[in-house]
Amino acid sequence: MASTAVVRRRVRRMLPRPALAAVATAGVGVALIPLVYLGVRVADAGWARISEEVFTARTGQLTARSVALAGVVTAASTVLGVASAFLVTRTDLPARRLFGVLAALPLAVPSYVAAFAWVSTVEGFEGFWAAALVLTLTSYPYVFLPVAAALTSADPAQEEVARSLGSGPWHTFITVTLRQIRPAVGAGALLVALYVLSDFGAVSVLRADVLTRAVFTSISLGFDRTGALVLATVLVALTLLIVSGEQLTRRRAARYARLGGAGRPPTRLRLGRLRWLGASGLVGTGALALGVPAASLARWFGEGVSRPGSLTGLATAAGNSLTVSAAGAGLTMLLALPLGLLGARAPSPVAVVLDRLAYLSHALPGLVIGLSLVFFGINVAYPLYQSVWLLALAYAALFLPLAVAAVGTAALQAPPALEEVARSLGRRRPHVLRTVTVPLAAPGIGAGAVLVFLTCMKELPATLLLRPTGMDTLATELWSQTSVSAYAAAAPYAALLVLLAAVPTWWLSARTSGLAPGGGS
Amino acid sequence: MRTTRPRGVASVAMGTLLALSLAACGGESEGAQLAGQVSDKKITVYSGRSESLVKPVLDDFQEASGITIEVRYGETAAMAAQLQEEGRRTPADVFLAQDAGALGAVAGEDLFAGLPDEVLDKVPAAYRDEGGEWVGVTGRSRTMVYNVDQVAEEDLPASVFDLTEPQWKGKVGVAPTNGSFQAFVTAMRVEHGDKRTQELLDGLRANDAQIREGNGPIVADVDKGRLAAGLVNHYYVYELAKEEGTSVDALKAKNHFFPNGDIGALVNVSGIGVLKGAGDDPDARAFVDHLLGMPAQTYFAQETYEYPLVAGVASAPGLPKLSSLNTPDIDLGDLDDLQTTIEMIKESGLA
Repeated sequence: MASTAVVRRRVRRMLPRPALAAVATAGVGVALIPLVYLGVRVADAGWARISEEVFTARTGQLTARSVALAGVVTAASTVLGVASAFLVTRTDLPARRLFGVLAALPLAVPSYVAAFAWVSTVEGFEGFWAAALVLTLTSYPYVFLPVAAALTSADPAQEEVARSLGSGPWHTFITVTLRQIRPAVGAGALLVALYVLSDFGAVSVLRADVLTRAVFTSISLGFDRTGALVLATVLVALTLLIVSGEQLTRRRAARYARLGGAGRPPTRLRLGRLRWLGASGLVGTGALALGVPAASLARWFGEGVSRPGSLTGLATAAGNSLTVSAAGAGLTMLLALPLGLLGARAPSPVAVVLDRLAYLSHALPGLVIGLSLVFFGINVAYPLYQSVWLLALAYAALFLPLAVAAVGTAALQAPPALEEVARSLGRRRPHVLRTVTVPLAAPGIGAGAVLVFLTCMKELPATLLLRPTGMDTLATELWSQTSVSAYAAAAPYAALLVLLAAVPTWWLSARTSGLAPGGGS
Repeated sequence: MRTTRPRGVASVAMGTLLALSLAACGGESEGAQLAGQVSDKKITVYSGRSESLVKPVLDDFQEASGITIEVRYGETAAMAAQLQEEGRRTPADVFLAQDAGALGAVAGEDLFAGLPDEVLDKVPAAYRDEGGEWVGVTGRSRTMVYNVDQVAEEDLPASVFDLTEPQWKGKVGVAPTNGSFQAFVTAMRVEHGDKRTQELLDGLRANDAQIREGNGPIVADVDKGRLAAGLVNHYYVYELAKEEGTSVDALKAKNHFFPNGDIGALVNVSGIGVLKGAGDDPDARAFVDHLLGMPAQTYFAQETYEYPLVAGVASAPGLPKLSSLNTPDIDLGDLDDLQTTIEMIKESGLA
C-alpha cells in the first residue's frame, strides 16, 4: 500500500489541525439537527406528497417572491449599511459618534414590533413593498456594523499609496477601500439575505405572501406539519444557493491583515456642503427605523385600557429574557469558536464546507427549528426537554453564523505572524491558541456574543415552543398580549424589550465603529 | 398514521449529532412524572387559549384545590403540532384548546385518554366529542360583524352564501388563516358538500373579499368604517369595546347572527382533553371539573363574552341566548378533516 502515505498526506492537507476540525464539527452538528429532522420527516412524507406540495404554481410564486424580497432587502440594506458606515467612519460628518449609534440601534427593534408600528401608523400599509421597507430598516445594521468595523481597522497605508500615485479620493475609495471591505460587505449582506428568508414577524403582520408565511400558515391552517416541513426544504435549497453564491464572491476577495504597529486613524474625506445632505440622510433613516416604532409604542401606552399584570411580572419576564439569551449566546459562542478559528487559521476545503454548513439552518423559520428540537428533545435528549438548555441549543442552531462570522473576522484581523512567532519559540498549539490568538481576537468574539445575545432576546417562534413550561420572556409576553389585541398591555413589554436590547446594541456600535474612546485599535 | 421506523432512524441520527455536540449537560428535569392514581397535587396544562383570557380561572383553581398548575401558553395550532410531535412522552396532562378542530387533530393521533360520561354529560351533546375524547368548555358563534352606518338592517343577508352577491363586492373582511374561519369552512363542507363550499370560497375571492390576519383586525376595521362587514366570532366586538374602554352599544360594529340554521352561524367550542398519561390522574380530572363548574362558566360568560355550555349559567348581557340561536346541526367531531379544507382555501386563492 504505497499510496496510503500519499492519501494520508492529502487528507492532512484537507484536514489541517484535526483536533480543531473535530471540535468544529461538533458545532456544525448542532446547526444540522433541524436539517436531519427535516430530511427524515420529508422522506417520511413520501415522494408523492413532496411533489404535490413543491411542484405547484403556488410554491413557485412563493419562492419567487421570497427570493425577490431577499434580493430587494439585501440590496437596499447593503447600500444603506455601506453608505452610513462610510459617512460615520470616513468623513467629517458632524456628530459622527451619535450617528454611529443611531445606525446600529434598529437592531434592537424586533421585526414584528416594527411591523406593528408601521401598520398602526400608515393606513393600508401592507404587502411586498411594505415588508421590504420594514425589513430593510430593521436589518441594515447587519451590514453597517461589520463594514464600519472594517473601515475603521483597514490599513490606511494602501489608500495613502493609491493617493500618492495620483488617484482621486473617490477613485481610491472604489478601487482600494471597497476591495478591502468586500468580505465585510459580503458577510453582512449574506446575513441580511438569510434573515429575510427566515423572518416571520414582519411578513406575517404586513401580509407579504412569502415562503415563511406559507410554512406558518400550513401549521395554523389544519395542523399540517408535513406540508410546512416540505415547504421549509425549499428554504434550505435557497440557502444553499445563496451561501454558495456568496462563497464564490468571497474567493475572489483579497484578505488584508494589518501587521504590527498601532492602528492609525484613516484620513477623513471632506464632504463640504454634502455634509448636510449626508447628515439629513442619516437622520431620515433613523427617524423611519426608530422614530416610527417609538411613536407607535408611546401611542400604545396611551390608547386602550388593558394594563400589564404587574411590575413583578414585567421584571420576571425581563429576567427570563436575559437568562435564556445569555445561555443561548454562551452556548453559541462555545460552538462557534472552533469553527471561526478553523476558517481563519486553517483554511481548507473541509473548513469551508463546515463554515457553509453552519449557515444552512439560519434561513429556516424559528417554528421549524422549534419543532425539530421538540422532536430531538423528546426522542434523544429527554432530560433536556423544556429546559433552558434545549432552548439555548435552538438559539445556537439559529444564530451560529452570526457568531462564526464575528469570530472569523476577529481572528483574521489578528495577524497570524504573532502566532507563528510563538510557535517558533516552541509553544504548543493549544497554548498559542490560549495565550495569543484568543486574547487578540477577544474583542471581536465579545462583539459576536453580544450580537447573538441581542438576537436571542428578539426571537419568538422557537422560544414559544421550547421554553420551559411556565417561563415567560418579554417576547412571549408581548406576543401573548398582542394576539388578543391588548396593545396597551403589550406596550411595556415591547418597550422594555427594545430598551434592554438597545444597551448591548449601543455598546456594539460604539465598539465596532471605533467611535468609543480608546476604540478602534 | 406515523410509522415507527423513521423515528428510530432519526433518533439514531440525532443521537450521533448529540454525542458530537454535547459532551455532558446535566438536566435537572426528572423526566415525565408518571401519572398514577395518587394525586401529586400538580398538573401541566398546555393552553392554546391566551393567558389574559384564562389565567384568572386557573388561579381560582389553584387556590381552591391546592393543586399547582404549570401552564404553557401558545397558539392552539402550534400547541396541537407540539403535542403531536411529543406523542406519548408529552409532559402535558391536559390540553385546553381554542377550537374543536385542534382537539380533533390531537384525538386523531390517539393521544387523549377519553373522559367519563359524568363529565361529558354536563355539556349538551352538540358541544362535545361523540367518542368522548374531549368536551367543550365555552361556545363561540360565527357572526357577521357590520358597520351600522354602512349596512342598513334590512340589507343584512339571510345566508353567508349571499356574500358573493355584487352588492358585497370588496366590502367583506375574512381571515382565511384563522382557525375559526377554517372550522367554519370545514363545517360548510360537512353540511353542503365540497362543491358548494368551493363555490363560496371562489365567490368570496372573486367578489374581492378583504383578507385580514385575524378576527380582531376585521372588527377594528369595521368599527372604523374601513370595511363594511366581516366574518368573525361573536365576542370580538366585546373585546374591542373593552380595549377602547367603551360599551358594545357605543361601537359602530354590530353582530349579525345568520338566521335559519345557516352555516354562517356555526357554534364552535373551546374545549379540553386529558392526555393519555394523565388518564387516571385525579388532579387532571379536578381541573376539568373546575372548568365545567359554575364559577368558571360564569367567568367565561361575563369576562370573555363566550357562551357558557353548562346548564344554568347566564350568558353576557346583550347577547342572544345560545338556545335562541338557530344554529346549524353539525357534529363538531367531524371538523378534523382540515387537510382538504386547506387545499380548498388555497385553491380559492384566499390564502
